Amino acid sequence: MWKFLGKRFLQMFITLLMFQTVTYFLMDAQPGDIADLLTLNPDIPPAERERIRVDLGLDRPPAERFLKYIGNFYKGDLGVSFSQFPRPVTEIILERLPRTLVLFLSASVISFWAGYASGKVLAWKRGGVIEYSSTLVGVILYTVFTPWFALMMIWLFAVYLDWLPPGKFLDPILWLTAPEGIHANDVFVRMIWSVMIATGVMILGLIGTQRLSSQLRKTGRWVSFVVPFIGVFLYWRFASSGISLYAWDILQHLVLPVLTVTLIAYGGTMLLMRTSMLETLREDYILTARAKGMPEKIIRDKHAARNALLPVWTGLVFSIGSSLSGGIITETIFSWPGLGLTLLNAAQVEDIPLAMGALTVTGVMTLLSHLVADIGYAFLDPRIRFS
Amino acid sequence: MSTISSPVDATYIPLWRVRLRLFWRAVKTNWAMFAENPIGLFGLGLIIFFGLFALAHPILISTVWEAKIYDPVNGFDIEIPYHPSPPSAKHLLGTDPMGRDVLSQLMFSTRYEFALGMISAIVTVLIATSIGAIAAYYGGITDILLMRIVDLVIMIPYLPILIVMSALMRVGMIELALFIGILSGFGGTAIVIKSQALTVKVKPYIEAARISGGGDFHIIFTHMVPNLLPIALLYMMFVVTGAIFSEAVLSFFGLTEIDMSWGLMINTTQVFGYIMRFDAWYLLLPASLAITLLCAAFYMVGRALDEVVNPRLRER
Repeated sequence: MWKFLGKRFLQMFITLLMFQTVTYFLMDAQPGDIADLLTLNPDIPPAERERIRVDLGLDRPPAERFLKYIGNFYKGDLGVSFSQFPRPVTEIILERLPRTLVLFLSASVISFWAGYASGKVLAWKRGGVIEYSSTLVGVILYTVFTPWFALMMIWLFAVYLDWLPPGKFLDPILWLTAPEGIHANDVFVRMIWSVMIATGVMILGLIGTQRLSSQLRKTGRWVSFVVPFIGVFLYWRFASSGISLYAWDILQHLVLPVLTVTLIAYGGTMLLMRTSMLETLREDYILTARAKGMPEKIIRDKHAARNALLPVWTGLVFSIGSSLSGGIITETIFSWPGLGLTLLNAAQVEDIPLAMGALTVTGVMTLLSHLVADIGYAFLDPRIRFS
Repeated sequence: MSTISSPVDATYIPLWRVRLRLFWRAVKTNWAMFAENPIGLFGLGLIIFFGLFALAHPILISTVWEAKIYDPVNGFDIEIPYHPSPPSAKHLLGTDPMGRDVLSQLMFSTRYEFALGMISAIVTVLIATSIGAIAAYYGGITDILLMRIVDLVIMIPYLPILIVMSALMRVGMIELALFIGILSGFGGTAIVIKSQALTVKVKPYIEAARISGGGDFHIIFTHMVPNLLPIALLYMMFVVTGAIFSEAVLSFFGLTEIDMSWGLMINTTQVFGYIMRFDAWYLLLPASLAITLLCAAFYMVGRALDEVVNPRLRER
């Protein structure tokens, strides 16, 4: 296991280095640089522009800049953003990454669960009208032109029904009158922590009640699901009532993007689960289970679905890893200030340090997710051993 | 030939006709399996519909539609005072903010979407089957090197790189098709085809070809690759979906140099500030629906082919 991990980390490091090299030179090969964009500003004389270029180090040859960048990167210094000048890249990424992660993590988890539950039923009832129509819906959701789908969601929920705000991370008019010392990021981080602690309690409850008798287990699970909800409610109602109004505002803005990404991800997960389940149903152990006279529901849920889960699990982990790439579209439409939007803007104004920072974070996330997928695979399927 | 065929002269059939007949029989049985799946048939119907849709445009332009008004790129209708105008008898889907007929644009763009999808799918399959077959056949260091390249390409986030590429050079339809084809050819498709090639490599006929003195190149391209083509055809469908989608997204962000495409129609809507104007639905809906439906059509055909190619998915 440790040997496997060590080898994998070495491979990951080499791949990351190659990835950084390729992306750095691609970014750098774009014609012009950030100083050229300042030509649009008539107040900046050419001499000043040249000074800016020298200050930012853009007059050096690309290879020298690249080596310096890589050196600083592995010392933990990601440089300073060109377009948001005095802010360090690390600070911007630390602010934006949680927003993207929350959006895609919650959407992935919900769509994973829903896709798993409906895909297994669909494969079980192969050939009916329900199966064909839901496959059709799944395909349409999977291939729908994302910007248009997001706009339709905005139209339905924000314009026609007027239930939710149409986009952005928060309501600027509300936050303008916010008292001194309340920052959106602090509120958001507190929200993440409260959800994470609540989820942790739920998972602990699930594990803790596993060995109890069936009646006790039911009550125990029920309690472990309700208590965190009450806890979170009480925390926001009393312990931090001053900022709960602002937290509610962020939450409202979060619903529509999460719903959109969930629906899009759901189509793919459901189709994948269905295919995987169809393959599993042809295995010999399903025939054995039938021959033993097992109830249909147990064969479906315990024998087939558990084994069909493997590719769906890989799909889930990969989708979290590559969420940034897909996030660009959703984040643009909803004006959600996450990492995808940051990367898009940075790439367009040739803010090399910021774009490289965002790309590297994506790369690291992809590599880590591949590792997590492999380790999870071995846990889900004990036949697979690390080698 | 006469010495071989003389005893059975009446029943002699040339080899190419035997091959053709075998091929035709395979097509028929596979078609029967494909036709069992209504989803696949629906997808095929959609593709045929879009094909006719694309063919109809040049006919309409040369007969019914006056080129000055209905030209998809430069047309303008002077008789309508204010553009964009809602659907009318003259313009069935209205006109866009620049006074061009939306239906004409929609039909004109369809042929480019097909061309884009086909070119990128063919490039993908050429690259992916070569890489997959070579990596599986030689193994060892060749395999490791090629697969590391594949890993790297998979890791690169698709859209940001296309965005950077669009800043590097003029990205027209052909460049975009080639680029998408190369990226997906070196990406996930190569891995799938390589795993298939590994199972082909150990088949007895490869052994037999080697014993008969076939060279590496000969074995890879005349014995392995034809057996990889069914699965390659399947992945072509998924590549077409991806290519049309990527083009639409890139054009939507205004990053391509394409005269007219579905994505560009949506981009025009956005540039002129009509994207959140939901009363002007005729600007956004036709192109978006067309992208969605054509992507879905190729995807559905791909899934139905999957059930034909992959015996584990068959109903019987």
